[in-house]
Amino acid sequence: MTWVLNNLGLIIELTLVHIRLSILPIMLGFVIAIPLGWVAYRYRLTRGLILTLVGLLYTIPSLALFVILPPLLGIGFLSEANVLIALTIYAVAIMARSVAEALQSVDPDVRQAATAVGYSSWSRFWTVDFPLAGPVLLAGLRVVAVSTVSLLTVGIVVGVQSLGYLFTNGFQRGIVEEVLAGVVMTVIVALLFDGALVLLGRALMPWTRAARALPASPPRVAMA
Amino acid sequence: MNLFVDAWLWLVDPVNWQGSGSIPVRIGEHLFYTGLAMLGAALVAIPLGWLIGHTGRGRELAVGISGAARALPTFGLLFLFVMLIGVTLRGPSTVFVLMLLAIPPILAGAYAGLEVIDRRTIDAARSMGMTEWQILWKVEVPLGLPLLIGGLRSATLQVVATVTLAAYVNLGGLGYDIVQGIQLRSYDQMLGAAILVILLALLFDALFAVLERYAVPRGVRAGRDTDVRTTPTGRRATAELTATT
Repeated sequence: MTWVLNNLGLIIELTLVHIRLSILPIMLGFVIAIPLGWVAYRYRLTRGLILTLVGLLYTIPSLALFVILPPLLGIGFLSEANVLIALTIYAVAIMARSVAEALQSVDPDVRQAATAVGYSSWSRFWTVDFPLAGPVLLAGLRVVAVSTVSLLTVGIVVGVQSLGYLFTNGFQRGIVEEVLAGVVMTVIVALLFDGALVLLGRALMPWTRAARALPASPPRVAMA
Repeated sequence: MNLFVDAWLWLVDPVNWQGSGSIPVRIGEHLFYTGLAMLGAALVAIPLGWLIGHTGRGRELAVGISGAARALPTFGLLFLFVMLIGVTLRGPSTVFVLMLLAIPPILAGAYAGLEVIDRRTIDAARSMGMTEWQILWKVEVPLGLPLLIGGLRSATLQVVATVTLAAYVNLGGLGYDIVQGIQLRSYDQMLGAAILVILLALLFDALFAVLERYAVPRGVRAGRDTDVRTTPTGRRATAELTATT
């Protein structure tokens, strides 16, 4: 415990940095995935194409992506933007599939009823389809949040500060406590995001409060 | 784009294809650790997943494990275990961490594969007089195979990605060239190795995609067209298959 107590300031600082850096990819991933997922859900032709593409993006190991993005995009190798873009790509890869599945989960009868009472497709999407797809969207977003928090730690390899610093620094200096503190704090940050999303979901979708079944298929787990 | 030309030149440079630490050796190390961890994880997770799926007991355990595992930072765990078990045993301890990572998705796949089977199918098998073993081997396992392979697929991809990080604890693999490249600022080396890692991951993904498709029992494939519950992709995929056969 001595190491933790002596370095409490560093741990808190890195935790805050970690939270700050995690938020943007999660939000951007969600926003970008909505149109992508919609196109995948709506048209049979684009469905296979988009889902295959995001599936392929998802298979790229994080360290390789951190290395290959800078020359592709012409950004600095050690820049925060590099890691943020990479994490956004993973978030989109997970979320686009979730959005497509979520829209698929909406009862077609409800959709037809909404059309019958005169909703335009635009307003029907935002006021009927989107809220009803909420629970599945939330499940996807929770996976995105947790995996983003976990993946961000790898960014330390290309010099982006996060709780991952405690891993490499602790390993190099041989302080088990430091690495352990990093692991524990990363899990805590992940759980914080998860809890916040659950609360947000309850606030935005009060009708899901009644006990609901678990999502049908366990979403794929994130890459290291 | 010039950097990619350099990476290509690094990849085709004969110097990098021979001796210790050459590209084939690194790929070999990468595959060795991946294979070992997957084998160990499969031996633990598949029987356990089938047990949970068959008996229906311990369902919460399976869901809980796969949920909690997602939050764990694999990168940190790798360091933690290597330090705890001892740097002299970093090979075994790395394989142990990789196994821990691979178990949850395989477990989820094995158990979910059995879980999604229509209860009536199993009841029918039982009423025909099949023993529990026969139900497991002749009904549940074949029907659950595609989902199990799906679980193996995500586990493999995760392990391939994490083995890349194993270079940090000095274990070699393709990550070694990436990490060394970063330290030496030699872009051709790290980019070349990164491309190889990506190709390796895509190769595994494609392999499992094919396996997943062929693991669908013939009877299920034939019956799918009339099944209203299948998703559009599924139906289209089977339509293509039936058209060619």
